[in-house]
Amino acid sequence: MTTATTEKTAAKIDSGPVRKKKTKKFSPWGVVAWIAALGFFFPVFWMVLTSFKQEGDAATSPPTLFFTPTLDQYDAVFNQGIGPAMLNSVFATGLSTIIVLLLGVPAAFALSLRPVRRTQDALFFFMSTKMLPIVAVILPLYVIVSNVGLLDNIWALVILYTAMNLPIAVWMMRSFFLEVPGELLEAASLDGASLWRSVREVILPLVSPGIAATALICVIFAWNEFFFAVNLTAVNAQTMPVYLVGFIAGEGQYWAVLSAAATMAALPVMLCGWFAQNKLVRGLSFGAIK
Amino acid sequence: MTLTADTEADAGQNAMAERVRKIREAQDLGVSRAEGWRRRGPLLPALIFMIVVTQVPFLFTLYYSTLSWNLVRPGSRQFVGLDNYIAVVNDSQFWSVALNTVILIIGVVLVSAFFGLLLALLLDRAFFGRGVVRTLLITPFLVTPVAAALIWKTTILDPTNGILNWLLSLVGVGPVDWIGQFPLTMVMVELIWQWTPFMMLLILAGLQSMPRDQLEAGQVDGAGAFQLFRELTLPHLRRFIELGVVLGAIYLVNTFDAIYMMTQGGPGIASANLPFYIYQRAFLGFDMGQAAAMGVVVVIFTIVIANFALRLIFKSFSGKEEAA
Repeated sequence: MTTATTEKTAAKIDSGPVRKKKTKKFSPWGVVAWIAALGFFFPVFWMVLTSFKQEGDAATSPPTLFFTPTLDQYDAVFNQGIGPAMLNSVFATGLSTIIVLLLGVPAAFALSLRPVRRTQDALFFFMSTKMLPIVAVILPLYVIVSNVGLLDNIWALVILYTAMNLPIAVWMMRSFFLEVPGELLEAASLDGASLWRSVREVILPLVSPGIAATALICVIFAWNEFFFAVNLTAVNAQTMPVYLVGFIAGEGQYWAVLSAAATMAALPVMLCGWFAQNKLVRGLSFGAIK
Repeated sequence: MTLTADTEADAGQNAMAERVRKIREAQDLGVSRAEGWRRRGPLLPALIFMIVVTQVPFLFTLYYSTLSWNLVRPGSRQFVGLDNYIAVVNDSQFWSVALNTVILIIGVVLVSAFFGLLLALLLDRAFFGRGVVRTLLITPFLVTPVAAALIWKTTILDPTNGILNWLLSLVGVGPVDWIGQFPLTMVMVELIWQWTPFMMLLILAGLQSMPRDQLEAGQVDGAGAFQLFRELTLPHLRRFIELGVVLGAIYLVNTFDAIYMMTQGGPGIASANLPFYIYQRAFLGFDMGQAAAMGVVVVIFTIVIANFALRLIFKSFSGKEEAA
């Protein structure tokens, strides 16, 4: 029953850019695809299913398939301080995404519609920062963050997540700006509109779907981030992934409640991704693939 | 020229944007200095932010790597030149961890690209419920990695109550301690599960940009399905697969969550990769100097590989649509 509802929502959400073709009644390859899809989806399904079990039914062999669903585990999770962790995640994810857009959209504009010499170098630079392994900078970051008193402070993560997502955002937004016909800007300026006005009234409306897609990608990456979070936060500023790890230390043997906590950690981003699946490709490929 | 209407419009628009950009670039020589800076203006905040947050810490890493500095021995900070690097080069654990890192990246990227290709080919066909299938297939990529690794470690791979061993017991295969016996492989399996959807999405985008008339012409010429695939589809997809491999590798260099959750790098260092090993050295061993030196060595390796990767990527980004 759980799968059935998930699939139904998924079907509603999905309106992919898949080529419109006449849907055949039956295809053996369709059956293969369905089997593969159910196989890939199974661990997620199993996680959600386990989260509705009583502990006694969760870790059994053979697995318990028939049971009375219960919300006890979610109750337990909410009683164990998931609230602050959830808020931290929302704050770090939301604020870093806003800052990324505030910095990234103008940068992408400068790199696409009105480029000057050497802007290619800036593009290279943005991309190259994604190739810098994070471990190479984590030590000084730790030292700097603790020296300025931001250890276990959510602002440290806001800044780092901004840096983590900014290159992707610049690349992705640039690809959206490049699709705006340059003549539009020129026409507007011939009409005597100031640059700011023509950007605001002509360009931004055109790229706003792109901005939304960029924001969603940033949200996904920031929400799922773990390395910075586990090294730079402890109790006060812990995000959902860190909370989940802390949970294991105490409840490692209790699979049902762990599954409930894991589901809560994964759900927001899963929903975002389902809604944004048409835009995923572009963000994940730094805008290289439409 | 029988691209579907919207890809054609897209390509047209793109070509136009490209052209306008070229003209602009040519004019730049005539742009006054003040105007140049005005145009660069919107770029500067992002640029400065990135330089401060990523490059400055790296300079510190370089500096730390020349110190003998242990966090638990206060006052132990002193300049030791290249000693840390010599220690790293002579650290046999470091090299076996480096090897793990390479195995992990290459293994995960190649296997998930292969599965991604197969799934993309399936999804490129019309069948009942394709949208739902696609949604199900991308889900592993979206699941928070920490949560995904946790689920794999417990409910799936657990030796006594994991569902995999139960399934195998049905066909008479005895209980296997998956993570205990094959730690690195199991981490890779979990990562392949997470990364296959990524590859699938990129390759699917490639398939859907494929000009159908070529395939149809090939069919008319009487080419078999496999021949068509090898001689038309695969060459067209090459760029997309390459891009997927390179981007996958860029993301996977930083793999940490799965190892942290599933094996803690163990037993011993059997399943540790460089990020995890450096993390252990720095935050559990408190040896900042050596950990920093390792970080620098990793960056040197990455630069060598990235240099090659960047070139490949930029070929993709300049996006010459060979079809158009």
